[in-house]
Amino acid sequence: MTIIQSLRRSIGLGARAGTEARLDVAAPAADEGPSQTATPASGAHIAPIEIAPDDPLLAVLTSATEIVEVDRLALDSPALHAMRDNDIRMIVPLTAQGELIGALYLGPRLSEQDYSTDDRRLLSSLAGLASPSIRVAQLVQTQATEEAERQRMEQELRVATMIQQQFLPHALPDLPEWQIAAYYGPARAVGGDFYDFVELPDGRIGVIVGDVTDKGVPAALVMARTHSILQAEAPRLIEPGAVLQRANELLCQEMPANMFVTCLYGVLDAARGSFRFANAGHNLPYVRTNGEVGEFRATGMPLGLLPDMTYEEAEGVVGPGDSLLLYSDGFVEAHAQSGEMYGFPRLREAFAVDAVGSDLVDHLLEDLHRFTGADWEQEDDLTMVTLRRSAGAAPLVETRGPVEGDVLLDIEIESILGNERIAMDQVAATVVPLGLTGERLERLKTAVSEAAMNAIEHGSGGRPEVPIHVRVSATPTRLQVRIADMGLGGEIPLGQSEVPDIEAKLRGEQSPRGWGLFLIEAMVDEVATEQTDQGQAVVLNVNLDGGE
Amino acid sequence: MTSRAPVEAPLVASIENEDGLSRILLGGRLDRDGERVLADAYAAAAVAEAPSVEIDFTDVGYINSTGIALVVRLLADARRDGRSVRARGLTEHYREIFRITRLSDLMTIVDEGEDA
Repeated sequence: MTIIQSLRRSIGLGARAGTEARLDVAAPAADEGPSQTATPASGAHIAPIEIAPDDPLLAVLTSATEIVEVDRLALDSPALHAMRDNDIRMIVPLTAQGELIGALYLGPRLSEQDYSTDDRRLLSSLAGLASPSIRVAQLVQTQATEEAERQRMEQELRVATMIQQQFLPHALPDLPEWQIAAYYGPARAVGGDFYDFVELPDGRIGVIVGDVTDKGVPAALVMARTHSILQAEAPRLIEPGAVLQRANELLCQEMPANMFVTCLYGVLDAARGSFRFANAGHNLPYVRTNGEVGEFRATGMPLGLLPDMTYEEAEGVVGPGDSLLLYSDGFVEAHAQSGEMYGFPRLREAFAVDAVGSDLVDHLLEDLHRFTGADWEQEDDLTMVTLRRSAGAAPLVETRGPVEGDVLLDIEIESILGNERIAMDQVAATVVPLGLTGERLERLKTAVSEAAMNAIEHGSGGRPEVPIHVRVSATPTRLQVRIADMGLGGEIPLGQSEVPDIEAKLRGEQSPRGWGLFLIEAMVDEVATEQTDQGQAVVLNVNLDGGE
Repeated sequence: MTSRAPVEAPLVASIENEDGLSRILLGGRLDRDGERVLADAYAAAAVAEAPSVEIDFTDVGYINSTGIALVVRLLADARRDGRSVRARGLTEHYREIFRITRLSDLMTIVDEGEDA
C-alpha cells in the first residue's frame, strides 16, 4: 500500500473551483469526478475548507516551494483556523506549470510520530507526479461543466423562443383602408417583447405592445401570462385604462421579484381613425402626419409593480395618409460598435419617411442596421407595429345628418383654437336675415362660439386637418345650428350641467374653467347631441316664433 | 358702445390709478389669449395697493368661457389680497352672462358714467 494509506486520519484534496481567486478544500465524495477522488485513507472525511481570496494562507501556499507545516504558521487566517480545528498537520501544495491548483492536507500519522524526512520527500514526489493529472482532470471537468451549461442555456433558449412564438399573432387584422405591419425579432437571449391584436365586440381593434423585464424562460412565462390577461380582459372591459388597471391588479399578485411589464394598449376605431389608449410605462407611440412626427402622450406605472394603479387614457387621430408606430425599447436602445445608442431622435427621423406596411418596417430596420453596423449582435428583442391609414380614406367628420328645413350655411372649419370666432361670425351673418337680432343674436353667438370651441379643442383633438362642420338650417318657426366633430372628447354631458360653483372656484377647490356647457345650455332654447357615423354633433335650437 | 374694438383684436390693457382705486382698462377680446395680459394688469394694479380695482370692459367686444375663467382667477387673487372689484362698461349681453354665472354676486357692476 502507499504511504497515503498509512496516514491515520485524513487527506483532503483541495481542488480549484474554477476561478483563479479561490481554492476550495472539498471533502471528496464517491460520485465526484476524477479530479476530486482523493479518498482519505481512513475513510474519514474532512469538511470542505474554503480559502478566501484575501486569506493570507493563499499567498503562503502560492509562494511555497515545499510542504507547509500548519503548526509553524502564525497567520490570522480563517482557513488555517479551520484546518487546526480539523487536526490538519501538513499542507502539500499542488502546482502545475507554476500555478497553484490545489493542496493535500494531512492529519497526524497513525503511529502518532512526526512525519519523517522520507515521508516528506515521498509526499513531495507524490504531489509532483499527481499535479499534472489533477490539472488535466480539472480542465476536463471545467469543459464538461461549461458544455452542460451551454446545453442548458440552448435548451432554455429553445423553450423561451417556443413560448414567445406561440403567443405572437398568426395573422394581422385586415382592415379596409389600413395597412398594418408588425415585426418581432428576438435577441439571442430572448427578451419578453410581445404584441397582439384583439377583436372587440363593437368592431374596433385592440392593439397591444409590451415588454417584460428580464430575459429567457422567466420573461417568456410572464409575457404569456400578461398576454392571456389582456386577451381575456380587453373584450370585456374595452376601455384601455380599465384593461391595464385590471391587468396590473392580477399581475401584482403573481409577479416574480424584480420583474415588471411595460405595456401600451390602445383601441383603434378604424372607421374614424381614432386611437384611444393607455400606457403602462411603455414607449410613447409616434404618429406621422404630413412628414412631421409627433407623439401620442399618456403615462402610467408599469404592470406588476404597485397595486391600485390607475391609468390615464388619451386619444389621438390617425388621419388619412397618417401612420402610427408602436415599438419596444430594443429599438431605441440598440448600440453601434462605438457604444453610441440609436435613440429616439433617430427613430423619429426614420419614421418621418413616407412608406407603407412592410416597406415601412423594412425601412426602419434598414436604418437601424445602417447605424449598428453589419456585425451587430442584437442586445434585446425588437418589436414594432405600424398602422397606416390610406391617403384616400373617408373624411373624418360625418357632414350629413337629418336636416330640418332649408340649409342656409354648410361649412367646414379647421380645428384651430380661435376659429370658433369664424363659426360665430358666419352663423351670425347667416341668421340676421331671419330677424334674429339684438340680445337673441348675441346669445346665439355665445352658444355657437362655445360649442365650436368645445368641438375644436376636444371633439377634434385640436388637429387642424380634422375640421369641424357647421351647418345652419331653418324652418319658419325654428333655427337650428349643428356643429359636428370627431367625437374624440367623449360624450358631451349636456343636461347634467348645474350652475358652476363659483365659490369653490374662488377657493381653488375647482378649476376656474368649466363654464362652456353651462353657457351653451343657458343661451339657446334647446340643445341636443347627435351621434353620427363619424363622431358627435351638438345641435342648437332657437325658436323663431318667440320674438324678442 | 360704438367704440368697441373688433372681436379679432387680442386683449390689451392699461392701468389708471386714482385715490384708492386702480382702474384696468381692457380692449379687444377676452379669451385664452388674454391670460397673460389680464394677470399682468392685475399685478400692476396691485402695486398701487389701492383697496379697489375697477375693470373697464367698454372696449371689450368678445368674452368667452375662458375669459370668464380669467375673471374668476382675478377675483380669487383680489379676494386673497383683500381688494374689492367692480366691473364697468359691460354690454347687456355680458351683464346677463355675469349674472347667470354669479360673477355679479362677487363684483359690483356699474354703468357707463356711474360711480360705484
